Amino acid sequence: MNRQEIIDRIQEKASSLTMGTSQGIDCPEVVVDKQHLIEFMKFLKEDEALSFDLISDVTAVDYPARTPRFDVVYHIFSIKNGQRIRVRVPVGDGDGVESVTCVWRGAEWLEREVYDMFGVTFYNHPDLRRILMEEDFKYHPLRKDFPLEGIEE
Amino acid sequence: MTVEGNETRKEMILNMGPQHPATHGVLRLLLHLEGEVVKKTIPIIGYLHRGVEKLGENRTYLQNIVFTDRLDYTAAMCNNLSYALAVEKLCGIEVPERARVIRVIMAELQRIAAHLLWLGTYALDIGAMSVFFYCFREREKILDMFEMVSGQRLTPSYICIGGVRRDITDKFVELLKSFCDTFNDYIRDYENLLTKNPIWVERLRDVAVLSAEDAINWGTTGPVLRASGVKFDFRRATPYCGYENYEFDIPTGTKGDCYDRYLVRVEEMRQSNRILKQAMKDIPDGPIMADVPFVTLPPKEQVMSNIEALIKHFKIASGAFQIPKGEVYSSIENPKGELGFYIVSDGSARPYRMRIKSSCFVNLSALPFMTQGCLVADLIAALGSIDIVLGEVDR
Repeated sequence: MNRQEIIDRIQEKASSLTMGTSQGIDCPEVVVDKQHLIEFMKFLKEDEALSFDLISDVTAVDYPARTPRFDVVYHIFSIKNGQRIRVRVPVGDGDGVESVTCVWRGAEWLEREVYDMFGVTFYNHPDLRRILMEEDFKYHPLRKDFPLEGIEE
Repeated sequence: MTVEGNETRKEMILNMGPQHPATHGVLRLLLHLEGEVVKKTIPIIGYLHRGVEKLGENRTYLQNIVFTDRLDYTAAMCNNLSYALAVEKLCGIEVPERARVIRVIMAELQRIAAHLLWLGTYALDIGAMSVFFYCFREREKILDMFEMVSGQRLTPSYICIGGVRRDITDKFVELLKSFCDTFNDYIRDYENLLTKNPIWVERLRDVAVLSAEDAINWGTTGPVLRASGVKFDFRRATPYCGYENYEFDIPTGTKGDCYDRYLVRVEEMRQSNRILKQAMKDIPDGPIMADVPFVTLPPKEQVMSNIEALIKHFKIASGAFQIPKGEVYSSIENPKGELGFYIVSDGSARPYRMRIKSSCFVNLSALPFMTQGCLVADLIAALGSIDIVLGEVDR
């Protein structure tokens, strides 16, 4: 299955769940509304032709001037097809998305890191705590308004 | 463990680390123990968090190369390669053939060096002291070769955007050849010491078993995934640097226990040696750097003697680096698994976002799952078998 076929398959089977599809430089890209995230992710994993079974990465990008402020970005790999897909979910400041740990267990720590670094909440996460920073740290260091040299307590 | 009569089960909480020789760095494991049985493992990380992703947003694309050396310090060349490939993909740079072959040589040498370090220290964890000396003897030869081409043993920053920093010499090829010719015999030596050693087998067999299904579900990559029986390697699945032209096998395990992980890594060293022999046979002539205006640096000799090259070097290094807007995720097969870079560019000389996907981080997250109900001594074997480097876990 090549990159165009992935997009075609998604448009054919799950177009109601997506907000837009495109071809990136490296892989197909899908924008999903946070309400449909779990349903769409389950489709990606369970659809036999697509079978995106290996979660590569969960991260976020901060766009302070934009509303909603964050993009939570998922990279998922299909071992069967040798293809990767990027799923993007826009999330507002102080808001969150459903955790995808019910689809891929491996997302657990990746989501904790996003929570720690950006302050994006993941609902129904089994163990949502800070992971790299200390428990009582008040800020989210990878936000663009956090200074590089840190904040003195 | 069964408790007889009216004795009540007592749970003990034990801190292993952050300073503990078997954690290979500063990792803290909070263990819930019932006697000697581990009921629950809670890894606590972040002691080595240096904020490389944040630093990356505040440094230029060229400066970021040196940070990649310091992620997984046992595989610096591979880290350089992953980062360089991501930026090249974003800029659409075609790397010259000679540089591609040199990159493959360096990446495979680094894979052998990383696996040797793992084997030596892992055997040390389990209690087999002598293997360590043998492994480090060969690793030293590889580090000498790295020093020869880049001037550094552990932090080479050798593979850079557009190619490699310096050309390899005839002396290097000679050393490489003698290394490749003898290395399979050395692997046989390690295997003689370990593979059928009853203590070694007893300690590793059926410890920390991860089924293929679980391994995929937990997102593990690299030898951990392959030991569980999944024939998956990014060098084969998404070839880069011309890996599609080399013949090599992907070793897999059957059970997914620590012993399989050991076997897979040993076989991977053999396969890396096989790739090295093929790559070495025919190193094409030509340039070692792509020539892209405002992206790739001119050769150092020219910078020292030619005013135009000097100006060009100064401009690129001081921030005139030109990169299109866009975003890219690119990953390679590191010795420990998938190392991915997700770079978002806003067109300036600094990445808007530089995300590092570390396989060690994800593989470590599966540790509590695979060590449920094991003994404390087995936990050491399990932790060593997933081969983590805390520099990459915490970033």
